[in-house]
Amino acid sequence: MNNRVINWFRFASPSSFYPIAGKMIPWFWLLAAVFGAAGLWLSFFVAPTDAVQGEGYRIIFIHVPASWMSMFIYVVMAGWAGLGLALNARLSGMMAQALAPTGALMAFLSLWTGAFWGKPMWGTWWVWDARLTSELILFFLYLGFIALQAAIDDPRRADKAGAILVLVGVVNVPVIYFSVKWWNTLHQGSSVSMTKAPSMAMTMLWGMLLMALCFWMYSIAVALMRVRAIMLERERHTEWVKQLAEVKP
Amino acid sequence: MNAMLAVIRRDLLVAMRCKTEVLTALFFFVIVTSLFPLGIGPEPALLRKIAPGVLWVAALLATMLGLHRMFAADHADGTLEQMALSPAPLALLVAGKIVSHWLVSGLPLVLMAPILGIQFDLDAGALGVLMLALLLGTPLLSLIGAIGAALTLGVRGGGVLLSLLVLPLYVPALIFGAGAVQAQMAGLDVGGHLSLLAALLALAAFFAPWATTAALRIALE
Repeated sequence: MNNRVINWFRFASPSSFYPIAGKMIPWFWLLAAVFGAAGLWLSFFVAPTDAVQGEGYRIIFIHVPASWMSMFIYVVMAGWAGLGLALNARLSGMMAQALAPTGALMAFLSLWTGAFWGKPMWGTWWVWDARLTSELILFFLYLGFIALQAAIDDPRRADKAGAILVLVGVVNVPVIYFSVKWWNTLHQGSSVSMTKAPSMAMTMLWGMLLMALCFWMYSIAVALMRVRAIMLERERHTEWVKQLAEVKP
Repeated sequence: MNAMLAVIRRDLLVAMRCKTEVLTALFFFVIVTSLFPLGIGPEPALLRKIAPGVLWVAALLATMLGLHRMFAADHADGTLEQMALSPAPLALLVAGKIVSHWLVSGLPLVLMAPILGIQFDLDAGALGVLMLALLLGTPLLSLIGAIGAALTLGVRGGGVLLSLLVLPLYVPALIFGAGAVQAQMAGLDVGGHLSLLAALLALAAFFAPWATTAALRIALE
């Protein structure tokens, strides 16, 4: 009976995770392409023009999934970090390190597309809105993590130090969000509210969900590719790497 | 507890033997805040408006100056390893170091702030709230900063990296600290801001020494 249970800890070893990841990557790319094509088709050709915002509102099909992913990836990184500190598994640190650039990219995309959306809708590139400000700080947290990992030469120490930083950060993210939100209401800054936007048509929602799935699959595929590269770099002295077909001269 | 007091006493003694380090941060605070009126103009209404933010941002930066020295010297001469090996829990010793860092670099800022506030034409009530907010906020800065100092211990480009890690985490302290002074000046209740600042301090006082200890153990491995 017992042999039907998969031993998940087996995959915590780079030598067993590397080939599995290699097999999964094309599938995630394929899913990303399918969801992306469907989502883009739906968002550009099917979804109706917004009565208030015109064609410009279509930016949200990129903007909203990017924002979701930027927050979600940070939480996933924190999960890997906690796992890494608790179980001392090598894979956890590598995964956290592999996810960070994608998370930073998503945060940047979210800010960038947000600015593009804000200019025609609000008449300004940037407002000190609670969401914008906390997204910006999240972007800084990603940069801090990447900088810390890059500054430490010993990969094991880099993993653990990064893990502590991410865990401290993830505790701080809600505090930062609420403090910024309260700061914003106190100052009576902009009267702009994204929550008061007109309720969304069903096709728009579907377009957004498909794009979110596309971003999700893309992030997984890219993170797996990056983690494979990190594995090769760190384990280059080991026998299993030397046996790999793509490494053999 | 005795071990913690011994660490505090020792660190204060070391700081007093080398006074320039204490005074550098304080003078930095004074000079930076004095530069703002020169850059913006001497109009009292405008200065009153920017005073809480300027004083708080300057306090954040002044705290940053001494942070990377919190563990660096002890790490260099091996004292930190002896601390890790000592029978007293390392978290307690780390808490002692954080307390002494605050006494050396945080408390002078609190005491100096009202004088600088007068430069910005703040009234007595606002000065009192400013001091109270800094009294709650500067220990928070030392506590969060200690985590960053431990993470960047002996790392290339530690000083700049430290500010990159720590400054985003200082945002809530800045918002509530400066917010309290602004609320007082606007005639609003300051209790909410100060309570939140105190709540953050209580949380950080519990978790930060623990996280710092974990980071130090990684650095010592």
